[in-house]
Amino acid sequence: MEIMSKIILPLFVLIIIFYGVKKKVNVYDTFLEGAKEGLITTFNIFPAVIAMIFAINIFLDSNVLVFIINLLKPLIGNISLPMEIIPMAILRPISGTASLAIMNDIFMNFGPDSFVGRFASILQGCTDTTIYVIALYFGSIKITKIKHALWGGLFADLFGIISAIILTNLFF
Amino acid sequence: MVGYIWAVLIGIGIIYAFFSGNLNVINESILTNATEALDLILNLLPIIVLWTGILKIAEESGLLEKFANFLNPILHKLFPDVPKENKALGYISSNIAANMLGLGSAATPAGLKAMNELQKLNKEKDTASPPMITFLILNTAGVTLIPTTILALRVAYKSASPSEIILPAILATLLSSIAGLTLDFFIRKRNQKWK
Repeated sequence: MEIMSKIILPLFVLIIIFYGVKKKVNVYDTFLEGAKEGLITTFNIFPAVIAMIFAINIFLDSNVLVFIINLLKPLIGNISLPMEIIPMAILRPISGTASLAIMNDIFMNFGPDSFVGRFASILQGCTDTTIYVIALYFGSIKITKIKHALWGGLFADLFGIISAIILTNLFF
Repeated sequence: MVGYIWAVLIGIGIIYAFFSGNLNVINESILTNATEALDLILNLLPIIVLWTGILKIAEESGLLEKFANFLNPILHKLFPDVPKENKALGYISSNIAANMLGLGSAATPAGLKAMNELQKLNKEKDTASPPMITFLILNTAGVTLIPTTILALRVAYKSASPSEIILPAILATLLSSIAGLTLDFFIRKRNQKWK
């Protein structure tokens, strides 16, 4: 299983470059052109990253989560999972940058190879920002009655979260 | 939406800190946050630049298109209401293919074009049609084969095996997509019965 995960990335690079050479694409110049676009994209997302890190850190550093979890304890019982998981799971469908900021925080505090670190990685990887995508796509064609699109998307996300927990336990 | 949540996170954090006497931590947090954001961006920058470079080759060589064509037969089954030769299916497959490779910037324009084509087929212009809903559920599940930003951060925080999460992430995506599509399928069935 671990080998499978490790094969995907190099295999992709190999196939893309090989196919490019075969189709007589100027691979080096094309790479530089794309890389430049990537540079611009990263600079464009920088303000959003600053904004989200700012908000997430104030929220996490205030320890309000401990307070909220204590309120919820009678309802959900004792969970041994680190509580950063909860805001990450809630924010994942709303803002990719916010959940990225929490994942960064989890890596910093627990390390990427801890249970939460792996869980956060899988959760970040397995779903997209549902609410954002729905707002953007339906907004672009002026649809206001979205029927079960939102619930369907969030249901899939919920399943993603559950799968992430199970798979983290299964794989590691 | 994001604006509200942003404001609420900051508001709750600061107000709670006032009441719990946690002000020192909040002061430090405000002053150091921007540096942390810069670290995050610097950790992400190299691999994003590298990967967009590599993916540009996939785009130029027609590999992305080929990959999208490969998805077409599966899509026909998922979108029975869309005529086979309709442009929408082509856009949907390029959207999914681009998403799979982590090419978000190429995925969004294709997705918006797909919605536009689906809207042309739609009878009630302010109501979401069944194919639109199926497409969005599929899209928001976001099947990504190479999650570049996650890999970059795992490398930055010295993971012993940064790519070990790829396979479980793909499996989790598949499971959540299947769950979403199944729900969509049953809701569709039920709506048809009512008609």
